[in-house]
Amino acid sequence: MIPEIGNLALTFALALAVVQFVAPLAGIASHRWRLVLVAKPAAILQFIFVSVAFVCLAWSFYVNDFSVSYVASHSNRFLPTEYRIAATWGGHEGSLLLWVFILSSWTFAVAMLSKSLPALTRARVLAVLGGVAIGFISFILFTSNPFDRLLPVFPIEGSDLNPLLQDPGLVFHPPLLYMGYVGFSVAFAFSLAALLEGRIDTLWARWVRPWTQAAWMFLTLGIAAGSWWAYYELGWGGWWFWDPVENASFMPWLVSTALLHSLAATEKRGVFKAWTTLLAIAAFSFSLLGTFLVRSGVLTSVHAFANDPVRGTYILIFLGVVVGASLTLFAVRASTVSVTSWFGWLSREVLFLINNLILAVATLMILIGTLQPIIAELFDLGKVSVGPPYFNLIFNSLMAPLIFLIGLGPMVNWRQFSLSELVKRCKNAFIVSVVAGLTVVYAEFSRSSLDLFQIFLGIFLAVWVCVLNLADWLKRAKRKKGIQPGKVSASHYGMYSAHIGLAIVVVGVVLSSHLSVEKNVRMGIGNVQVVEGYEFKFEALDDFVASNHDGLRGRFAVSKNGEPVTFLYPEKRQYHASGQWMTEAGIDSSFTRDLYIALGEKLPHSEDWAVRVYVKPFVSWLWMGGLLMGLGGVLAMTDKRYRNKAKQKDAAVKENQDTAIAEAAS
Amino acid sequence: MKPLRKRRLTFVLAIILGLGAAIGLGLFAMKQNINLFYSPMEIVAGDAPVGVLIRLGGLVSKGSVQRDADSLQVKFQLTDNAETVWVSYDGILPDLFREGQGIVTMGKLQENGVFVASEVLAKHDETYMSPEVADAIKKAEAEAKARKSTQE
Repeated sequence: MIPEIGNLALTFALALAVVQFVAPLAGIASHRWRLVLVAKPAAILQFIFVSVAFVCLAWSFYVNDFSVSYVASHSNRFLPTEYRIAATWGGHEGSLLLWVFILSSWTFAVAMLSKSLPALTRARVLAVLGGVAIGFISFILFTSNPFDRLLPVFPIEGSDLNPLLQDPGLVFHPPLLYMGYVGFSVAFAFSLAALLEGRIDTLWARWVRPWTQAAWMFLTLGIAAGSWWAYYELGWGGWWFWDPVENASFMPWLVSTALLHSLAATEKRGVFKAWTTLLAIAAFSFSLLGTFLVRSGVLTSVHAFANDPVRGTYILIFLGVVVGASLTLFAVRASTVSVTSWFGWLSREVLFLINNLILAVATLMILIGTLQPIIAELFDLGKVSVGPPYFNLIFNSLMAPLIFLIGLGPMVNWRQFSLSELVKRCKNAFIVSVVAGLTVVYAEFSRSSLDLFQIFLGIFLAVWVCVLNLADWLKRAKRKKGIQPGKVSASHYGMYSAHIGLAIVVVGVVLSSHLSVEKNVRMGIGNVQVVEGYEFKFEALDDFVASNHDGLRGRFAVSKNGEPVTFLYPEKRQYHASGQWMTEAGIDSSFTRDLYIALGEKLPHSEDWAVRVYVKPFVSWLWMGGLLMGLGGVLAMTDKRYRNKAKQKDAAVKENQDTAIAEAAS
Repeated sequence: MKPLRKRRLTFVLAIILGLGAAIGLGLFAMKQNINLFYSPMEIVAGDAPVGVLIRLGGLVSKGSVQRDADSLQVKFQLTDNAETVWVSYDGILPDLFREGQGIVTMGKLQENGVFVASEVLAKHDETYMSPEVADAIKKAEAEAKARKSTQE
C-alpha cells in the first residue's frame, strides 16, 4: 500500500510540476494574472507530494518491504537501521528521488523566501524550476521507478546494500552533494528569468547571491565529505583520484566559484552581467552533466555500477534540451544587457575577470580530460583513459597563479588602483611568505628539487593568502577607538573564512602529497615495522561479530622513541548477505599527521598479512580547510544586506506590479 | 581607434593568448598521459607497445594466482577466454580481486611478454564488470566463432 501511495504522490507531483511550469509562463504571455499567481501554490504542493513519495520509499526500507524491487536489491533485515534508511539513496532509483526531493525543497524555499521579489520575476523563477522538475520526475516515473513491485513472487530477504556504502559517509555525503548540485538550479532559474525579463542589475545579483552561496557551501562540504570517506573507507589512503565522477562534482564547483566572484562584481559594480548569467547556466548544466556521467555508466569509474543504457539516453536528451534552450535564450537576449561601468587595468574587476578565466579554463581542461575516453571511443581511436598526471599538471599550473590572486584581490580597489600602492600594501606579506616557504624547505632539505619547489610554492601561497586576508580584515576593523571586529560585515568574514580555508587545504595537499611515507609490507603477529620514526607492532588479530558482518580486527601498538603513542585497530570485514570482504582502515588522526594502517589480504601458506602502513603528515588539514570554506559560505549568506528591504525605487516597481496583479486577479 | 574599443581589443587578445597557452599545455599533458587499453588477445598478437604505460584487462584465470613466499610479489594470468597474459605485481591486491573476476591493471609490457602491473583496479560492485573487459571478452568470442566457421 505504502509504495503505491508513494507512486501516486510522485505522479501528482509531476502534474503539479507541469502546472508550475506552464501556468505562469502562459499567464505572463497572455496577461492573465490569475494564472501567474498559480506558480507559488503549485510549487508548495509539488514539494509536499514529492516529500510524501520520499517518505514512502524511506518507510518501505524501514519496514523491510522486499516486495518493492528497489528495496529488495538494496537492503536486508540485518542492516542497521540508520543504513537501512540511508539505503533509500544507496542506488540509482532512490538517489534520483533524493535529487527530486532536494529540487522540490529548494523550490519550496524559493517560493517561501521570495517575498521581496517582484511577482513576475518570482513566477518566472518558479516556472523554470518546475520545468527542471518535470524532466526529473518523469525520468523517475518512466525509466527508474523505485516503487516498482516484485509481484507476485518476492524474496523474503533482501540482497544487501553494497558494503562499501554501509558507512556514516552514506548518510552525509550524497545529501550534501545533491544539495549543492541541485541548489544551482536556483541561480539557473534566476538567470533564465532575468534573460526573459531583459533586466539584470545590482538588485538581481543581490537576490541570486545568497542562493548561490548556499548551494556552493553544500557542494564544498559534500566534496570534502566524499574525499574524507574515500580516504578512510577505500583502504588505501588516497583522497582524490581524478575519477570521472569526482570530476563531475568538481566541475560545477569550479564554475560556481567563478560565479560567486562574478556575482560579487555584478552586485557591487554592475559589470559582467551577461557573463554572470552564462556562468549560472553553466554551473547548473555541469551539475546535470555530472548526473549524466554518474547515472549513465558511460565512464569507467569507482562509482560506476551496472546500468541501463535507456537511462543514459534519457538524461542526455534532457541535458541537451536544458542546455540548448538556455543557451539559445542567452544568445537571443544577452545583447539587451548593457554595461555602463568603467574600470581600469589594475582594478578588482580585472582580478575577478582573470579569476573567472582561470576557473573557466580549468573546468574546460578537466572536462576534456574526463570526456576524452568517450571522444576516443566515438572516433574509434581505441580505448583510452587519462591518468592523474594529466589532471595534476594542468590543475596545479592553473591554480598557482589563481591562489596568488586570492591574496591580491582584497588589496586592490574597485574601478582603479595604482601599482605602487599595491606593492606597498603587499611587500611585507611577500617577504613573510617567502621566509615561511624557505623555512619549510630548509626543514625538508633532503628531498628532490621538484618536491622542494612544490613545497615552497604551496607554503608561500598559503601564507600569502592568509596574511593578506588578515591584513584586509585589520584594515576594515580598525577604528579610532581601536580594533572592532563587529564592524566588519558577515560577507567579509565569509570571504576570509573561505580564502583561509583554501590556504589550509593547499598546505594539506602539498605536505601530505610530498611528505607522506607509504609502505606496503608483509607482517606476521609480533612483527614491527618502523615508518618515519614510528614503530608499528602487530600485536594481535581477533575475531569479532556484528549484526550483519563478522571479521577480524587487528591490534597495532604504535610507539615513537620507546614512548607509546596509540593503538590502531584495522578491520577486515565479511558481510553475510553478499559474502563480500571489506577493509576498514585503522587511523589515528592528529593536527600534524595521520597514522594509517589497513590490512590487505592474508597471504597463503603462512600466517602473514599484507599490510599498508602509512604516515601522512598534515592530511587532516584538507578536511579542516574544507570545513572552513563551507563555514565561509554560511557566513556570507547571513549578511544583513540580503535581508534589508529592496531599495526605494525597486520597491516601488515591485509594489506597482504586485498591486496590479492582485487587482487584475481579484 | 576609440580608446574604449582599443581597450576591448587588447582584453580580447590577452584572453585568446591565455586560452591558447592553456590549451597548448593541456594537449601536451594529454599526449603524455593517455593510457591505451589492450586485451590479452591484442597483447599476444603483438599489438601493444613494450615499455609504455598501458592498461590491460581481463578475467583472472582460475588457479593461476601464485604468491611469493616472503614478499608481496604475486603473479597471475589474465584472459579474455581466447588468450592469456602473465601479470606480475608487487603490492596489495584489492578486496574484490578473485579468480574468475574481471579486473583492469595498469602497467608496462616487458620484452618477454610478461606484463608488470603498477596498479590493479577492481570495482566496488561485485556484479559490475568494466565495459572494456566485457568488450574484450565479447570480441574474443566473436573471433573464435569466426575462426570456427571458416574451419568448417
